[in-house]
Amino acid sequence: MAASDELRFPEFEEAAELLAAAPGATTASASERPSHTALDVGPGYEEAEPGEDADNAELLGGQKQKQPRSFWTFEYYQAFFDVDTHQVLDRIKGSVTPLPGRNFVRHHLRNNPDLYGPFWICATLVFALAISGNLSHLPEKRASPSFHYSPQFHKVTIAATVVYCYAWLVPLALWGYLRWRQGSGARAGTYSFLETVCVYGYSLFTYIPAAVLWLIPAAWLQWLLLAVAALLSASVLALTFWPLVRALALLAAVVALHALLAVCCKLYFFQRPPSAGPAPSPLHATLGTEPHRSRAPQHFANLSQAASSRQ
Amino acid sequence: MAAAEGSGVGGAAKPLFAGLSDVSISEDIPVEGEITVPVGSQSPDEDYSTLDEPVRDTIMRDLKAVGKKFVHVMYPKKSSALLRDWDLWGPLVLCVSLALMLQDGSADSKDDGGPQFAEVFVIIWFGAVVITLNSKLLGGTISFFQSLCVLGYCVLPLTVAMLVCRLVLLAGSGTVSFIVRLIVVIAMFGWSTLASTAFLADSQPPNRKALVVYPIFLFYFVISWMILTFTPQ
Repeated sequence: MAASDELRFPEFEEAAELLAAAPGATTASASERPSHTALDVGPGYEEAEPGEDADNAELLGGQKQKQPRSFWTFEYYQAFFDVDTHQVLDRIKGSVTPLPGRNFVRHHLRNNPDLYGPFWICATLVFALAISGNLSHLPEKRASPSFHYSPQFHKVTIAATVVYCYAWLVPLALWGYLRWRQGSGARAGTYSFLETVCVYGYSLFTYIPAAVLWLIPAAWLQWLLLAVAALLSASVLALTFWPLVRALALLAAVVALHALLAVCCKLYFFQRPPSAGPAPSPLHATLGTEPHRSRAPQHFANLSQAASSRQ
Repeated sequence: MAAAEGSGVGGAAKPLFAGLSDVSISEDIPVEGEITVPVGSQSPDEDYSTLDEPVRDTIMRDLKAVGKKFVHVMYPKKSSALLRDWDLWGPLVLCVSLALMLQDGSADSKDDGGPQFAEVFVIIWFGAVVITLNSKLLGGTISFFQSLCVLGYCVLPLTVAMLVCRLVLLAGSGTVSFIVRLIVVIAMFGWSTLASTAFLADSQPPNRKALVVYPIFLFYFVISWMILTFTPQ
């Protein structure tokens, strides 16, 4: 019919416009002309295989961008927990194996930073430090008869404050600095805040086995473990940030802060126990002079314990 | 009824409802009646008529619900009773009793001893909230309070372990007592973790189960640690 022929042309144009607007859409045209039929299925959201180059990562990253949700909705935060078990395990493995070619953010995160890893690794580290630190005092019980075991639960609070502040404030400072440098036109491309937090969180994983192994009372082994753990995680950080900022000063600061955290934790939580005295203040511990300072409180503690036992 | 009356009065010869639109009711015909809905005796609805029952019934009902959930925790089968009628009485009682039993620990100085009451309380409740948020963010289908309920009730084996530890410590605090306490605490820790996993694991997406179970493991591990390191003065 003439009427339907006239109607067919604008319909085709409309469909062509729609196809141009959404090239990934699946369309099926009802017209007889085979050239109209366009069954274009967009590439699927399959997980990227390890070993894919950066181009594919960028492509998948662009497709994965969802609508930006409001900050106050639950779904906004659900986007940060969009990981499976094997992905988390893969990221943990990546954080302990710093290979020169692999950038942790590009290779392991692939535009899908998560908050699960950083949060629970920090929680585990807090309790590992507090518990192993407490257990390391136990062998002293055999040494001195006046030693009285105490759980020292306040150390959990201190450990939590230290670890969580490090894992959140240092990435914030680093990210802010990198943004400021990017704003002044220094280098294109930077990591998002979440990716920075993610890298720092996963890099703290090496300290967990170190904290547990610090129970072994050999001092040389403890320092060796500290060096190995700090080296591993600091090199992961360095490899991640090196392509972004080729300034040795910044990298040195990052590495130094990381090592400083390890040293402070070891000195504070695994100090020679003050036996029955009150715990020395953190200031004494980080100055590294605890063997001398612990003598004085010990005298007072012995006196106080004798007094209390006489009641 | 009024319309039918009207059509009967206005057009008796017309077919049914034919001239309904033309009907008008004249003013002097009284149109009135009574519309009553037969109301039977009100069914004894739990939610509305508990005001008149004796206080003993109210308390016993809640106590029985709590007790039934304790039994479900001690013999964890895959039943949904714990999840369906959640309540937070049981967790509150358990948390308070555990925190009270952890008091009077060794404390040479004010802050050198075991956890304070507030610390135990915060760890249990804040820990349960964080784990619930974690499982919901990972895509779990369980509701917030149901998860809190399960995690709180599964502290029951550890509370029993605390009781046993305190009794054993009354007898003595040597190596044998430590080994007994260690075994009891480890067994109860395993029981708690298995019980809560049995209730919570079904509501998680299948490839994230380990991600949800690990924080629960950490939570009960910390509570077990607090129980094991309790040393009396």
